[in-house]
Amino acid sequence: MMKTKKHEPLLHIVKRDSMSYKKAVLIRIAAIVAALVLCAIITMVVTGQNPISVYGTMGIGAFGTARKTWVTFQNVSILLLISLALTPAFKMRFWNIGGEGQVLMGGLAAAAVMLKLGDKIPNPLLIALMTLAAILAGGIWSVIPALFKAKWNTNETLSTLMMNYIATQLVAFFTVLWEMPKGSGKIGIINQNTNAGWLPNIGGEFIGSKYLLTIIVAALITAAMFIYLAFSKHGYEIAVVGESVNTARYVGIKVEKVIIRTVFLSGAICGIVGLLLVGGINHTLTTTMAGGQGFTAVMVSWLAKFNPIIMIFASLLIVFLSRGAGEVATNFSLNQSFSDILTGIILFFIIGCEFFIRYKITFRRGGHKK
Amino acid sequence: MKKFSKLASLALAGVMALSLAACSGDNGSTGTTTEKTETTVTEDTTEVTDAADTTEATTEPAGDLGLKAGFICLHDENSTYDLNFINAAKEACDRLGVECIIKTNIPEGQECYDAAVDLVDSGCDFVFADSFGHEDFMIEAAKEFPEIQFSHATGTKAHTENLANFHNAFACIYDGRYLAGIAAGMKLNEMIEAGTITADQAKMGYVGAFTYAEVISGYTSFYLGAKSVCPTVTMEVTFTGSWYDETAEKTAAQTLIDDGCVLISQHADSMGAPTACETAGVPDVSYNGSTGAACPNTFIVSSRINWEPYFEYCLNAIANGEAIDTDWCGTLNDGSVALTELGGAAAEGTQDAIDEAAAKLMRGEIHVFDTATFTVDGKAVESYMADVDTDADYTPDHETVVEGDYGDKYIDESGEGLRSAPFFSLNIDGITLLDTAF
Repeated sequence: MMKTKKHEPLLHIVKRDSMSYKKAVLIRIAAIVAALVLCAIITMVVTGQNPISVYGTMGIGAFGTARKTWVTFQNVSILLLISLALTPAFKMRFWNIGGEGQVLMGGLAAAAVMLKLGDKIPNPLLIALMTLAAILAGGIWSVIPALFKAKWNTNETLSTLMMNYIATQLVAFFTVLWEMPKGSGKIGIINQNTNAGWLPNIGGEFIGSKYLLTIIVAALITAAMFIYLAFSKHGYEIAVVGESVNTARYVGIKVEKVIIRTVFLSGAICGIVGLLLVGGINHTLTTTMAGGQGFTAVMVSWLAKFNPIIMIFASLLIVFLSRGAGEVATNFSLNQSFSDILTGIILFFIIGCEFFIRYKITFRRGGHKK
Repeated sequence: MKKFSKLASLALAGVMALSLAACSGDNGSTGTTTEKTETTVTEDTTEVTDAADTTEATTEPAGDLGLKAGFICLHDENSTYDLNFINAAKEACDRLGVECIIKTNIPEGQECYDAAVDLVDSGCDFVFADSFGHEDFMIEAAKEFPEIQFSHATGTKAHTENLANFHNAFACIYDGRYLAGIAAGMKLNEMIEAGTITADQAKMGYVGAFTYAEVISGYTSFYLGAKSVCPTVTMEVTFTGSWYDETAEKTAAQTLIDDGCVLISQHADSMGAPTACETAGVPDVSYNGSTGAACPNTFIVSSRINWEPYFEYCLNAIANGEAIDTDWCGTLNDGSVALTELGGAAAEGTQDAIDEAAAKLMRGEIHVFDTATFTVDGKAVESYMADVDTDADYTPDHETVVEGDYGDKYIDESGEGLRSAPFFSLNIDGITLLDTAF
C-alpha cells in the first residue's frame, strides 16, 4: 500500500554546452563588480574607512609614481613568465605545480656561478654561464618528475609539488653555507661592490633602466610562447597529447618524448625567472625569493585559459591587487592581513564565476506531475 | 595572499585534472587521485602590551621640524620586535612633529630597496630599516640618493662602506639583558630556597634565532647576569633559524622545558616562547617588550631597546644640518636600553637588585663581559680579537679586551672605533648549545 514517490533534489548542476562569448564576458564583469561591492561593505563595516578611497589608494600603490609603475610591470613580468612556463605543460595536461621549486633551482644555480666565478672570468661570459646554469637547473628539476611520469605514469601533481620542498631546503642549506656574516643565515647582496654577474640595466640613466630587462624578456617569451603553442609542430603535438594520449600514439607522436621535451621547456623558463630574480632584481638568494608565485602562476595560467596574451592581463590583475594591498596597509594603518582579505575575496569571485560559466544550476520545477 | 593562492592553485589543479579527464574520458588514470591540500594553522598572536596607541600613523601634518620620516619593518605589529620599532617611531615623530610613514612586512630582498626609494620618492628626509637582512638593500638606496639620510638597525657595514649618508645603530642591549638575567637569577634563588629545585638543577633555557653574534652576545650577557646572583646556574641554548617563527619558538621552548630547564628566555620575535612557558607554568624572561598581559603567571621581566632616543637624535640632526654618527650605540644612560615593569612571577627584591646593578653599570663600575666572571674552555680570556670589519673569512681584526676605570678587564662590546652591532661570539663555559644548525 506504500505510495512511492520519486525524490527530486532541489537543484541540479548541469554542464553548459556552450555559452556565447558576450555572455561569458558579462558574467566575469558581474563577478568583479560583486566582489568590489562586497569588499566595500566589509571595508566599511570592519574599518570604517571609505571604500572608494581604499580603492583609490590601491591604484596609487600600483601606479602612483613612475617608479611604482615600473616595479608593478616588473612584478607582472615575473608572474607572467612563470605562468607562461607552466602553460605548455598544462596544455599537455601535465600538472606542473613545481614552478616555485624550478624558479628556486634556477636562482640557486645562477647564484652559485655568480659567487664562485664572479671576478674570475669576464662579465659577459659569467652572465652566459649563469644563464646556462639556471636553464639547466630549472629544466632538470622539472624533468625528474616528467621522467617518472613518462616511464611509470606516476602522479606529477604530487611529485612536482614535493620537488618544491626539496628545492626550498636546498636553497636553505646553501644560504647557511654561503652566509655572510657568520651565523646570520643571510647571503646579502652578491658582489655588491664589483657588480659581477649583475644583469645589465638597459637604456642608461633613466628611472626604468633597472626594471626594463625583465620586462623585455617577458615580452619576448610571451610572443614566442604564443607562436610556439599556436603555430608550431611542437605546439600541435602538445595539444594532441593533451587531448588524448592514445590518439597521439595512433598518429605516430612519441608521447614520452613530447612529455619530457615540453616539461623541460617549462622548467627551463622557470630557471630563467630564477636567473632574473638573482642576477637582475634581488642580487641575492633567499628561500622566499619566489614568494609563492609558482602557485599563483597556476591560477594565472588557468584564468587565462592557457592563452599567453590573456595571461598578461591576469598577471596584471593579481600584481595590481597585491601592490595596491601593500599601499592600503601603509596608508590606513591597517594590518597587511586586511588587504589580503580583500584580494582573497576578489580572486574568489573571479575563480568562482568560472564555475557558472561552465555549469548552470537548474532548480526543481514546482509541482510533481504524474 | 601567498597561502591563499597556494591553496587556490592546488584546488584548481585538482579541479582541472578532474574536470578535463571527466569530459574526454579517454584516459581515466589522470583524474582519479584526490589531493589533500596542506593547510598551516597559524595561531593568534597576542600583541605585547606596552603598545602606544596604534591608530593614526601616516597622516600627521608636518609640524615643528617640517620633516618626513619613513620606516621599513620586516614584519608588522604581531612581531614583538617590529612593534617595538613602530611604537618608538610613532612616539618620536609625534613628539617632534614629523610626518611618519611606516611600511610593514617588507622582506629582506629587493622589496626593501623598492620600499626605501619609494619613501624617498614620497618626500622622506630620513629612511630607516629595522632588520639585519635589509642592510645591503639600504646601502644600494643610499648610494643612489646621497642627499637623503639612511639608517639601519643591527647592521654591520656602515663603518666600512664609507657612505656619508648611511648609518648603523644599535644599543648596549647586553646591559639590559644582564639586568634581566639578574631577575632570572633571583627567581632561581627563590626556587632553590623554596626547595623546588636544588642548586645544581638551576638550569635555564634560551630560544635563539641564529648562531649570530647579536644572539650570542645576548644570551651570554643574560647568562652572566643570572650567574652574578646565582653562581650554580647553567644554560642550554637552542636555535630556530628564523627571527620570527611562532611554531618553532614554541616547540623550542617546550623542548628546553622537557629537558629540565626551569626558566626560559628568548631572542626571537614571536610570542611562541612566552606562551609555551605560560602553558607549562615555567617562568619566562621575554624580549622586546612586556608579555605580562598574555602571560600573567609566568612573566618576570623583559629587556628592550628603546629606539625613540635614536630616532629623535637622527631627526634633530637632520633638522639642524648636522651629521649623524656612522655607528650609534644607545646606552642605559640615554634611555635606549630599558627594562619593563616586573611581572607577577618576579622574585622578591628583584627591583632593588636590578636598580643597584644598573647604577653600577651606568657608572662603569662593573661591566657585563668582565673577563674575571667567565671562562672559555676552562681558561680565562686574556685577549679577544674580534671580526669587527666583517669579511668573508671572518678574519679577526680588532683587540677588544680593555681595562676599565675601576681596574677590571672586560670585552668592550661597543667600544670606541668598533661597530655598534654586537660582535661577541665566544662560547663561554656553563652554556651548552643544543642545536647549532643555523
